[in-house]
Amino acid sequence: MDHVDALRSELLSAVTEAGDLAGLEGVRVAALGRKGRVTQLMKGLGTMSPEERKQAGAALNALKSEVASAIELRKAELSQADIDARLMAERVDVSLPARPEREGFIHPISQTIDEVVAIFGEMGFTVAEGPDIEDDWHNFTALNMPLEHPARQEHDTFYLPSAAEGERMVLRTHTSPVQIRTMQAEKPPIRIIVPGRAYRCDSDATHSPMFHQVEGLLVDRATHMGHLKGCLIEFCRTYFGVDDLPVRFRPSYFPFTEPSAEVDIGATREGGEFRIGHGDEWLEILGSGMVNPAVLENCGIDSTVYQGFAFGMGLERIAMLKYGIPDIRTFFESDLRWLRHFGFVPLDIPSLVTGTG
Amino acid sequence: MKFTLSWLKQHLETDAGVEEIATRLTMLGLEIESVIDRAKGLEDFVVGHVVEARPHPNADRLRLCTVDFGSGVTDVVCGAPNARTGMKGVFAAAGHYIPGIDVTLKKATIRGVESNGMLLSEREMGLSDEHTGIVELPGDAAIGERAVDVMGLSDPVFDVAVTPNRGDCLGVRGIARDLASSGLGRLKPLDAQPVPGGFESPIQVYLDFPPDKADACPYFVGRYIRGVKNVESPRWLQNLLLAVGLRPISALVDITNYLTIGLCRPLHVFDADKVHGHIRPRLARQGETLAALNGKVYELDEEMTAIADDEGPEGLGGVMGGERSGCIEETVNVFLESALFDPIRTAATGRKLDLQSDARFRFERGIDPTFLVDGAEIATRLILDICGGEASSLVIAGGEPEWRRTVPFRPERVATLGGVDIPGSEIERILDALGFEFQKEDKLLKVTAPPWRSDVVGEACLVEEVLRVHGYEDIPTVPLVSRTPLPQKALSPIQSRRVSARRALAARGLVETVTFSFMSSGPAALFAEGVESVPLINPISSDLDAMRPSILPNLLQAAGRNADRGQPDAALFEIGPQFAGVRPEDQTIAAAGIRLGRTGPRDWAQPPRTVDVFDAKADALAALAAAGASVDRLQVVAEAPSWYHPGRAGSVKQGPQNVLAWFGEVHPSILNRLEIKGPVVAFEVLLDRLPLPKRRKTAAKPHLRLSPFQPVARDFAFLLDEGVPAADVLNAARAADTGLIAEVSVFDVFSGGSLPGGKKSLAINVVLQPRNKTLTDAEIDAIAVRIVDRVAKKTGGELRT
Repeated sequence: MDHVDALRSELLSAVTEAGDLAGLEGVRVAALGRKGRVTQLMKGLGTMSPEERKQAGAALNALKSEVASAIELRKAELSQADIDARLMAERVDVSLPARPEREGFIHPISQTIDEVVAIFGEMGFTVAEGPDIEDDWHNFTALNMPLEHPARQEHDTFYLPSAAEGERMVLRTHTSPVQIRTMQAEKPPIRIIVPGRAYRCDSDATHSPMFHQVEGLLVDRATHMGHLKGCLIEFCRTYFGVDDLPVRFRPSYFPFTEPSAEVDIGATREGGEFRIGHGDEWLEILGSGMVNPAVLENCGIDSTVYQGFAFGMGLERIAMLKYGIPDIRTFFESDLRWLRHFGFVPLDIPSLVTGTG
Repeated sequence: MKFTLSWLKQHLETDAGVEEIATRLTMLGLEIESVIDRAKGLEDFVVGHVVEARPHPNADRLRLCTVDFGSGVTDVVCGAPNARTGMKGVFAAAGHYIPGIDVTLKKATIRGVESNGMLLSEREMGLSDEHTGIVELPGDAAIGERAVDVMGLSDPVFDVAVTPNRGDCLGVRGIARDLASSGLGRLKPLDAQPVPGGFESPIQVYLDFPPDKADACPYFVGRYIRGVKNVESPRWLQNLLLAVGLRPISALVDITNYLTIGLCRPLHVFDADKVHGHIRPRLARQGETLAALNGKVYELDEEMTAIADDEGPEGLGGVMGGERSGCIEETVNVFLESALFDPIRTAATGRKLDLQSDARFRFERGIDPTFLVDGAEIATRLILDICGGEASSLVIAGGEPEWRRTVPFRPERVATLGGVDIPGSEIERILDALGFEFQKEDKLLKVTAPPWRSDVVGEACLVEEVLRVHGYEDIPTVPLVSRTPLPQKALSPIQSRRVSARRALAARGLVETVTFSFMSSGPAALFAEGVESVPLINPISSDLDAMRPSILPNLLQAAGRNADRGQPDAALFEIGPQFAGVRPEDQTIAAAGIRLGRTGPRDWAQPPRTVDVFDAKADALAALAAAGASVDRLQVVAEAPSWYHPGRAGSVKQGPQNVLAWFGEVHPSILNRLEIKGPVVAFEVLLDRLPLPKRRKTAAKPHLRLSPFQPVARDFAFLLDEGVPAADVLNAARAADTGLIAEVSVFDVFSGGSLPGGKKSLAINVVLQPRNKTLTDAEIDAIAVRIVDRVAKKTGGELRT
């Protein structure tokens, strides 16, 4: 059987030496094809004696299967090399930029409103709204600011032509008239916040003729100044993300609250910029107080039974302090560079429970 | 309201320092705006005596001054024209920092002569812009003494923001009273000893008001003082006035200012020799004018209070005196006015004439109606002390109006409204210290507010008084808890759909902006189709003089500004109000957006294209979908307002009437008017017109039926008249078998080429989704025939083969 052994080693080395799939296929045909050498030998089995045939057949079968599996193995190797070569040829420059997609942003005021709503929403406040063009009664008189009241002079009011009925119209100077509209429409208990636009005839780095406020109003039978403090301290600490933020209440005056308080938060000044938190500076951020009984009565609510608190704060101001925006006028300039820098990605939706915003 | 520490100490006995006083004032509700230490940086400058001033040997305009500054004598080269022998000035020795010119002084040789210091001007001291000469100090100033002490600068100035309710704190004494009530010192008694009158005043006062308007000036106290000399005020008085920003004028004027600020008692002094006959306070007459002390002439009307004499108005009651009868240096005989004016009438007068004054500011906040005589006596004494002369007996017209109000006060309200338990004795102490009087009746206090506190009208006011003096910091903080275990939704459906639309538009690559609700009336008119224009009566500027009828013009102008800054391809949106009138129902909330220029930057893989109407359509539909509209049930028609391109714009409608949105290219003539380079596409979604979402009984979505059978797709190309809307073809095809046809889409449109003129080819892909069995070829062919027939019938289109 020496010739079988010789053939084996010849064929196996031919398989090993095949350099590509075509060459290997040639080897296969030459060995195992219809006219291949192994096939030819097997055809010769028919002329042998049963005894010889048995022995030679076994040897040839072993040879055939050994060569076939060697070819399979080599084929896998060569295919892999083929694929590798093709993939190398398909190489691209991955440092090229990805296809551009337009990025949109949410304006800082919208984001701030959503943040404020998320916080007061957790305390059970719902959002109320009212018109930007108000009548004199809702904007001033009902809020205990009759004509010629000195406090009116501090509101640089924009005036508009009268409505058909003849009452003087103004651009609301604060969101407080929505307190009145809500109390006229609803019975206590009331718990609302009113984010919205307000207008004053004034413009410099800290004043814009249009700005945003959020008003708060709570009316029930028992809420007092302690609750006002609790509510606003909790708001300030949550909004600014400073757990032990110092918050100071000091007496002030608003015609529609009595007693009244202004609220300051602690800050440090570093190189002309404020940092919210502990420090030797106080920054005024909002006005508040217990609803003046006269205001309740103006809305038809019995002030001997009901009481509550109200507050109002400038949304640009708290956004400026939180996000380090230096000039209020830039909020309304629509400068794309500013909007992209200070804006928020659309999926950044403020929520206390999911921890964003 | 400004005052100095020494002025405060005229009324308050205290050892408290400046910081402590400032903090306490703020915590009492008298917010400190600033404490100004005017002496800061000037402490080293001393009184220098110019022993000799002689011409500089080498310079015509310079002088060489030998200055004795107490601890030595030295030579100084000085260029000031008023530098002269014998004068006293402010001397700065070499080595000291001069704040007004930001220079540290060095010994210098000026034109060959050594100079060892400087005589300072006000500008060099940083006090004012005054630089015509050096500061001249009084002749009696001690040589070598600190200049800041001589100049009254070492007296710190407090600037307090007095709230409109605290008219009483527009006088230093009122502030002192508040501080005393809080335990920071003791209020000194006020010396208002009457000055005996030596004669009967030749000028009498006759109040002349109709009975129903007697409150315009119910009470007038006057006094004639003869033989005065209207000298310069003494130094201490000048220094106090200068410290609070008032220019000393003459003793008579300065004394009235001193009482206005010190005691909140505005006064007026007439030159009695210029008064015709008697003083007759009355309502002004139409057509009367007054040349006021500020040099302006005012036209009066019947609503204003004139202080007239027999010939006409000599002053505007509570606002300003007249120039003609004002005091001048030569004035010898004067008539002093200490009167009471109605706050509302005073405010209205000042507002109508646009005339602010220290007097008006106080009268319109309410003045102590019991302090007219005392005020007159104190002023008389000062006039006699400083100007000499002889006082008449008082002339009194009218009388003290009834000012007492009794306010019932339940002390427990401090706890139930104010949130803090304060012992009754402390409540009573505070009220007493603030000048309130009270009678106890059971648990009730019947409180009478002092005459200077007309702002205290109810129980809540008294709670505030007690709280603020006790200290807001002592109110215990109580957590505010939600009424329900979990909070309800904070936003109504209408509000939350705006939030969704906003986030959806930003997610589509649009940048949100917020623009003013007002704009220029010119462009506004271009966007006000059939809408009343709403002008502002007092705009802040002429380009912000009308309420915006649409958000678009503001966005377009914003895009134009961005293009000017090198950002040409803006994609902006805003959700906000637009105005069709002044009534609440004229205000609607819209979501509007624009895209300019190209869809993106130049890119190696994805070349940008020019924005077109379908970008705007996609934005509009996305906003509608986010706001909860069922977009596939809306109709799109080729109608839009005049600011859109008439052939490249459309409306999205729900039913035949309700237009929910517009979209399209902005009309080129609008872009021309606004000077914006196009193309620009825009959309406006009228969010308020969306019907409210129906309350569904369940949040569950409809049952999902998945078919096990393969969908089959077929393409059809139709030859159509060019005017046939694609939507008609799609609708016709869909209607061929609503059960089987799952989807119809357009994948090709073209005209020209081999097609006949006026025709277009529109190719659609139809997906059939069998539900119960696999479709046979015959069944598919049958549906195809129905689709072709249906499209032909509805649109006239024929199948291209």
